[in-house]
Amino acid sequence: MAVLDLRRKLAVLADAAKYDASCASSGTSKRDSIGGKGVGSTEGMGICHAYTPDGRCVSLLKILLTNFCIYDCVYCINRASSNVQRARFSVDEVVELTLNFYKRNYIEGLFLSSGIIRSGDYTMEQLVLVAKKLREEHDFRGYIHLKLIPEADPRLVEEAGLYADRLSANIELPRDEALKRLAPQKDVGVIKQAMGRVRLKVEAARPAKKDRAKPPKFAPAGQSTQLIIGADGASDTEIVDRSASLYAGYGLRRVYYSAFSPIPDSSSALPLSKPPLMREHRLYQADWLMRFYGFSSAEIGDAANDGMLDLAIDPKLAWALNSRAQFPVDVNTGAREMLLRVPGLGVKSVNRILQVRRWRTLRLEDIGRLCRGIHKVRPFITALDWTPGGLTDAADLRARMTPSVQPVQLSLF
Amino acid sequence: MRVATLANETDFDGWRAGARALRQAGVQPGEAVFRVGRSASGLFDDGPLPPPPDAGFHTPRAFVDLAQAVILHRSEDRFDLLYRLLWRLKAEPDLLRVVTDVDVADALERAKNVSRASHKMKAFVRFRRIEAADGERWVAWFEPAHRVLERTAPFFARRFPTMLWSILTPDGSAVWDGETLTFGPPATRDMAPSEDEVEEFWKTYYASTFNPARLKLKTMQGEMPKRYWNNLPEAALIRELTAQSSARTETMVAAPASAPNLRLAKTLSRIGRDHAFDEGFVPSTLEELGQAVQACRRCPLWRDATQGVCGAGAKQAPLMIVGEQPGDQEDLAGRPFVGPAGQVLDEALVEAGIDREDAFVTNAVKHFKHEPRGKRRIHRTPLVSEVSACRWWLDAERRLVRPKVIVTLGATAALGVLNRKITVTQARGAVLTQPDGARVVANVHPAYLLRLPDEAARIAERRRFVEDLKLVRALL
Ligand code: SF4
Ligand code: SF4
Repeated sequence: MAVLDLRRKLAVLADAAKYDASCASSGTSKRDSIGGKGVGSTEGMGICHAYTPDGRCVSLLKILLTNFCIYDCVYCINRASSNVQRARFSVDEVVELTLNFYKRNYIEGLFLSSGIIRSGDYTMEQLVLVAKKLREEHDFRGYIHLKLIPEADPRLVEEAGLYADRLSANIELPRDEALKRLAPQKDVGVIKQAMGRVRLKVEAARPAKKDRAKPPKFAPAGQSTQLIIGADGASDTEIVDRSASLYAGYGLRRVYYSAFSPIPDSSSALPLSKPPLMREHRLYQADWLMRFYGFSSAEIGDAANDGMLDLAIDPKLAWALNSRAQFPVDVNTGAREMLLRVPGLGVKSVNRILQVRRWRTLRLEDIGRLCRGIHKVRPFITALDWTPGGLTDAADLRARMTPSVQPVQLSLF
Repeated sequence: MRVATLANETDFDGWRAGARALRQAGVQPGEAVFRVGRSASGLFDDGPLPPPPDAGFHTPRAFVDLAQAVILHRSEDRFDLLYRLLWRLKAEPDLLRVVTDVDVADALERAKNVSRASHKMKAFVRFRRIEAADGERWVAWFEPAHRVLERTAPFFARRFPTMLWSILTPDGSAVWDGETLTFGPPATRDMAPSEDEVEEFWKTYYASTFNPARLKLKTMQGEMPKRYWNNLPEAALIRELTAQSSARTETMVAAPASAPNLRLAKTLSRIGRDHAFDEGFVPSTLEELGQAVQACRRCPLWRDATQGVCGAGAKQAPLMIVGEQPGDQEDLAGRPFVGPAGQVLDEALVEAGIDREDAFVTNAVKHFKHEPRGKRRIHRTPLVSEVSACRWWLDAERRLVRPKVIVTLGATAALGVLNRKITVTQARGAVLTQPDGARVVANVHPAYLLRLPDEAARIAERRRFVEDLKLVRALL
């Protein structure tokens, strides 16, 4: 086989890694390189160093160590039976590339994953080796996200947690039966067990009391996973329930949703169509409602039709339109939990309302200054100078609140 | 008109001194003028200098923080806005909390823009490496949206303390010599290097990580506004990547599914796993049983649980202790009774004089039944149908361990073992002999002890729990 030059390898192994939606570099412990021998810092908020025309953020150098794989997951471009070009980085090549990119301020760190070569243990070992070199030989203090190989020895996972900020194992398919069919070598039980072990480790590393000696750090940015949308026939409510169960079970920081995207050299077992981007967007919104707005997965299910979220309007609005008896909410007296359910009011807006109303009685125009658009909020609130009257219960409210045309893609040039 | 003069565009101390003096002199917001640059006449164009500000003059800390951000905004009227706020604070000390106020909202918006500009600077500065006589240097040319150089440069010092770098901007320059950060005069683009060999790699990465099937230009432009494109090497690719995207997507969608690679397909058949659950299978050892339970689909509880948790303990234990089902911790760890209820049980066993080594500990139901609630999982009692389905596994464990005595903890455990419902509080203490010769004693579940709200009741119930275990010891 011809030896590929480094740039060609980078092209192959970045292309192979791009179907993983995770890019976050946030939520880890705060640190810098003052007094250190190398470079790198993390300051809580993640940084997106670039955006590609697909609107996704480029924060980490997201690559595979290799795209050779002995597994044959039908939805994956790297599956064993695919005819895609193969490449493999050496451990040192990844270390050098990461440092070279980091020093030029292109990235926040590394997100390293890999196809399964030889065995789960061997593959995990290689991933850990990269992280270990970066941390120990180069005193690199930037962000590292390592993919967990669920089948690998728990001791390797433990070691990975010492060097990495975040670990992730992807569930990929919302339906377990589909995983079995489409990824025959994978076992959802093994993946969940690996996530369970990570949760126990993360919790054990949390200092119990101030006066106790600090336990060694373990993946301070926690763990995440990804679900592919539109490859296995799972409905939105199934997906949302799945997420709720994953958040509760494994203390995940994030569940990523990735619209199934056509891949080159694809298998006949999968739908070949453009990725359902709007559906993905609505699922992220629903996920947000569960994590920050106090919605349960059942409530989100209530606002769905036949298990599918409304594509024309967001899930919060859909819920409110179905639950009109609970509106309008008085912005001057309403409880925080109810204000959070008003369409168009975000967490920040609600916090500001609660702050200001201690000093002033709010009018409609005040609310207008606190949110993105008063049009959406108006039917669901009362203020000092405003009551929606029959608007809240108007039969055509849904039609009035639905954006008439999808915004046209902005022209660039 | 009264005029206060500032040393430069971001001279906060100068603005503060001027504003204090003006306010002290009673100069109304509309009458005060702030001007940047040297002025021969000093602080005021006309009128005598006012007396120094009195000591009682106090501006809230929040205002100082806000003003320090707003002053970096490129708008001309920022000094006036800040002076107006300062003026109003006298009569309205809580003004800054009223974020709906027009002036406050305006100032907050500008502070937000400044903070965004600083954040974008952290993101979009691109260093280029040059070889100098005494080693390598890193230089960046950058055009910030607002005057955030001094505010943002310390970030780079924390991140790259071992590199010698400078950031050149039209507002000024920042230089890090490995120990200290210094600020110098404005610079021009031609003072920075025009290329770096690693940029080609970076562009390769940028182009490869882009998924043409997901074009979302508006999102991209919202986050990476065009004003920054000039200084981003990768931005040169945007036009081409965008133009090709729909053609690339259509090719992928239209391409017929390809024939699988045969050489690799062969490897696969060797490693294929079979997880199917076979109804006719009878485990002959506890290890086999522990593996087989992972494939069990006799009831729906496997779906949301992490794993099936089988019993643990001595293989030929004379005593089998049966609980209800694994809890949150047991589900994650894969072992029974490791959570809080397990601790209660362990302590009680010690008190009753029972060696845990003599016991085999298991549950009536092998998967954790629960409901997600935010970041926690709330325990749910299994249904009779689930207990019945799972009895298959419990019976298998009983066949393999052959205990003399079985203690059931709680109603579900009793149902699992006896195959009928009993009232634990009535049945406890009685010894029931089973067809296989095992003697069964019912007890409450240790989690019940943990849930009792009343301290006295908890102590009494715990004592009873231990007493009942002592009775068990006598049977062994
Ligand atoms: S294990 Fe499956 S998903 Fe992962 S690289 Fe291999 S084929 Fe792709
Ligand atoms: S709870 Fe028992 S019966 Fe139900 S799936 Fe799990 S092992 Fe099978």
